[in-house]
Amino acid sequence: MEMLLRARDLTKRYGTFVALNNVSFDVTKGEVVAVVGPNGAGKTTLVNTLAGLHVPDAGDVLFEGRSVVTLPPAARARRGLARSFQLVSVYPSFTVSEMVAVGAFSRRGRTFNMLRPASWFEPERSEIASVVEAFGLSHRLDTLCSALSQGEKKLADIASAMTLRPRLILLDEPTSGIASSDKHRIMERLLAATESLGVESLVLVEHDMELIARYATRVIGLRAGEIVADLPPSQFFGDPDVIESIVGKVPGHAHG
Amino acid sequence: MKNILLIGLFVATVLCSPFVVSPYYATLVITMFGYSIALMGLNLLFGYGGLLSLGHAMFMAIGAYTVGVLGSKMGINSFEVHLLAAASVSGLIAAVLGALCARYTTIYFSMLTLAFGMIFHSFLFKFYNLTGGETGISVARPSLFGHAFSEISKTRFLTGPFYWYSLVLFLVLFALMALIVKSPFGQALRAARDNPQKTEFLGVPVLRVRYVAFVVSAVYCAIGGAILAVSIGAADPELAFWTQSGNIVFILVLGGLGQLFGPLVGSATFALLQDFLMANTQYWRFAFGALLAIIIVVAPRGVVGLLARGFGGRR
Repeated sequence: MEMLLRARDLTKRYGTFVALNNVSFDVTKGEVVAVVGPNGAGKTTLVNTLAGLHVPDAGDVLFEGRSVVTLPPAARARRGLARSFQLVSVYPSFTVSEMVAVGAFSRRGRTFNMLRPASWFEPERSEIASVVEAFGLSHRLDTLCSALSQGEKKLADIASAMTLRPRLILLDEPTSGIASSDKHRIMERLLAATESLGVESLVLVEHDMELIARYATRVIGLRAGEIVADLPPSQFFGDPDVIESIVGKVPGHAHG
Repeated sequence: MKNILLIGLFVATVLCSPFVVSPYYATLVITMFGYSIALMGLNLLFGYGGLLSLGHAMFMAIGAYTVGVLGSKMGINSFEVHLLAAASVSGLIAAVLGALCARYTTIYFSMLTLAFGMIFHSFLFKFYNLTGGETGISVARPSLFGHAFSEISKTRFLTGPFYWYSLVLFLVLFALMALIVKSPFGQALRAARDNPQKTEFLGVPVLRVRYVAFVVSAVYCAIGGAILAVSIGAADPELAFWTQSGNIVFILVLGGLGQLFGPLVGSATFALLQDFLMANTQYWRFAFGALLAIIIVVAPRGVVGLLARGFGGRR
């Protein structure tokens, strides 16, 4: 299988605190990798390091076989390594189509085009329409992001990364802040949309074990910045000891 | 609807004023054009980019002094050359300062621009031979498209040829700015204002976008300053003083921050109000202070927002 993303011996320290310690793994085409672990295990640090927000103290990040560890987030995004955020992050003053347009222009190197209204670019317009449609938000194209429901905001947020035509997307808690009754619906919509738009692999940080069991093809367990398990979900959830050692059974550790 | 009414009002005013109102008010309209152009630049940076500059009077002064130095010291009278030089000098200086300033946001950006504005102001005193120090330099009447218009009086020149020249310049720069804010670049700039981190992850080099906005805003300010210099007939250091930077921020907020028509409406309101208040009371600064407080509280989108509400517009 083709390797898309490789983390090699990633180490990230904050002062004396080691957030990531020699973390290595590969993500190949077709995988849905869930990263789990207690709070402070380094999940978000891992996503941020892969996406380019943090420069690791040691180690390398390879995307499509090439090192991207020195590239800023924008350059990684334009290469097809996208991400979403744990907290809903939409532009309140933008319509959905305006927000989704940002990546469509940056991918084509048109961010600095000043002399033509954004809405006059035809290939971008039809691309925006098809991305928004894949997320079931066509009726919201001209709605201000601030007026969307929580679930729609989540979807619009992820949709905005899809005009980058990413091969891999890092999703930091895609269903956080969403009522549990809605989580499956959002997750299914998200997976179907990303697949139809050509995303080949997903890496998601998630707390909801039920979602992971159902949608992930692989589970990576992090604890204190180290990988302590890297298993298919059937084995991961088949072994109570593994779950307990990683997620913990102490109340309040499994969520939050 | 709101736009059509505003544009209609604007067109009627600017087309009639040289014939209807006194020369004094016609010059006031030129001042309004000058400020509008400068404010369009500031609006791009602050309104759309979210970067509050407290030093942009510097770039207006660069425009004014370029006209003064070229005309009075070097004997170059062509206003087209003046404009080109003002835009280039200002753009170049902004390209240097922006390399540092555009890395910062919020109060840090404001303080840096304030600092550079103060440094520039003191330069104007230091380089006496070039700038005329405290008294500044007089700005001779420039030639427009090679015509010196020496057969008509200064007032006739200002209310005639120069009026129309400034109007056309204003319209061209307004149309260009309308394009810029609707372009992919304008969207990226607003995106960077609303959520820089997300924008970066959408493939936009946020710092470079801000940098370009900084340079463009400086070019607009310089062109506005050049027009003001001709209508005032002088370039003096007051134009570069930091209170002037605050003043243009005030006018922009008065008009409507981040609104395409904000600069025009702001400078028109300001010019008329200042004229009225200064003629009627010595406490005009008090009135302006109170007005700003009221605007912030009741009309955060400025006079443009008030007009829109009055016309029952959507925004």
